Amino acid sequence: MTGASLPDALLSVRDVSLSFRGIHALTALSFDIKRGEICSLIGPNGAGKSSLLNLVNGVYWPDSGTIVFDGQTYRRLRAHQAAMLGIARTFQNNALFRNLSVLENVLTGLSRHGRASVASHLLQLPTARREERAFRERAEDVLGFLHIDAYRDAIVGQLPYGLQKRVELGRALVSRPAFILLDEPMAGMNDAEKAEMSRFVFDINRDLGVTVLLIEHDIGVVMNVSDHVVVLDYGRKVGDGTPAQVRDNPDVIAAYLGTRH
Amino acid sequence: MQYFLTILTSGLLAGIMYAMVAIGFVLIYKASGVFNFAQGSMVLFAALTFVTLTEHGVPFWAAFLATVAVMVVGAVLIERLVLRPLADRSPLTLFMATLGLSYVIEGLAQLLMGTDVHQLDLGIDDLPLSFAGLQLSQFDLFASAVAIGLVVVLSVVFDRTRIGISLRAVADDTLAAQSIGIRLPVIWRIVWSVSGVVALIAGLLWGARQGVQFSLTMIVLKAMPVLIIGGFSSIAGAIVGGLLVGATESLADIYIGPLVNGAVSNWFAYILAVGFLLIRPSGLFGDRTIERV
Repeated sequence: MTGASLPDALLSVRDVSLSFRGIHALTALSFDIKRGEICSLIGPNGAGKSSLLNLVNGVYWPDSGTIVFDGQTYRRLRAHQAAMLGIARTFQNNALFRNLSVLENVLTGLSRHGRASVASHLLQLPTARREERAFRERAEDVLGFLHIDAYRDAIVGQLPYGLQKRVELGRALVSRPAFILLDEPMAGMNDAEKAEMSRFVFDINRDLGVTVLLIEHDIGVVMNVSDHVVVLDYGRKVGDGTPAQVRDNPDVIAAYLGTRH
Repeated sequence: MQYFLTILTSGLLAGIMYAMVAIGFVLIYKASGVFNFAQGSMVLFAALTFVTLTEHGVPFWAAFLATVAVMVVGAVLIERLVLRPLADRSPLTLFMATLGLSYVIEGLAQLLMGTDVHQLDLGIDDLPLSFAGLQLSQFDLFASAVAIGLVVVLSVVFDRTRIGISLRAVADDTLAAQSIGIRLPVIWRIVWSVSGVVALIAGLLWGARQGVQFSLTMIVLKAMPVLIIGGFSSIAGAIVGGLLVGATESLADIYIGPLVNGAVSNWFAYILAVGFLLIRPSGLFGDRTIERV
């Protein structure tokens, strides 16, 4: 199962298992994500998709197995450490800073690039002011890219859900990550909003060169945007390949229709 | 009427002193969800350090900066030795840890600087000043000016700087903050340092009024009703709570005191706080449910 990872893999999950109080969330899971691709993770509710995302960005630690990111092997990665490595993410139920403005939320995304010291920020020394100006420009660029510049000063908690999802994407994107994890970025959206979000995901990948790991329930969207699809069921991998390969895989069909072999 | 206004104003000014202590609590509670019982000990420790330095002939501002440095070093040590090993534990565990911490700080203060009561003279007389027909204490006015200055500085830091944005981000969603690369230990060191500086300023004002002595730690008990009334997670709440406690306390002393043949101000704030717990448990400005401790 372990196997050598692909030479051009950005992320390799190797033999990873995770359980919560005896409940197996993930069992001996292995797969690779190639540099520059959009990989979708699909599977029924409770298949372990979000658990996997939480492992990749250091929220959970695997019981066994390792995560290889950009050639480095990690047994225990911490959340802020993952961020420093250039792994950004969004959360299933929006984890925005609700009392901060849109611009401030996006600015926080730049935390991993902060170099000026705490004291220089408190005293507003020139180094801190320069950094602050540069960060503001980058944040404004992202707001423009996602067409949310008009809401710059709005308090995030008061925005409609669809816009919040976009702000969260902006917060992840602004740090120029190498790898972005999107946990159901289109949940609760109508078709027009989904189409728009799909386009953003596509642009992030093609124009900005960011490798994407996407969790999405809408199979239409998945088949459209993905280069690669991994299917989970009860914490095990039941499919791994191109969208076409996965669609024709009998195990995948069984998992989705609920008829276990 | 003139008399009523004088009582009210001096109550409000006293309330600002309560608010100063409560702000130290709020800073730490907001950023880490920890109810820091050691805040009172920090007030004592800071004031005692300052007064010991000045008694050894260190000039005012040098002593002030040295004490700030001591509080920052203390914050770093607390983060490293107390908070980090207990990260991810329940708020109750952390509360108990700060309870222990308060004894350690007090013991350290006693060991290093003794238990004598020190006079502290900030150079401001505690004399009544006639102002638009009201009798106000000069010292109270000075204390209010300092408190207002402190709140302005804090709000500029919170609103304008990246540090402030990070602090508010952590207060809103700790996990998301970590996921974008904000380091919690750094944030903790900052809020405990800032709280230490707030404790120093509160300690100087309280110490100048009633002497720098171990009973200063008792102001932690006075800050409780202020926090319950204002809400644990709001600086504005700490200020309004402080003003409300100060004003009602002194009014109650004058108008209710004679009816019950005693000083009301010792317990009135607690009755008020119990009333708030019954009617509005999250306080005037609080925005989340309070963990029961």
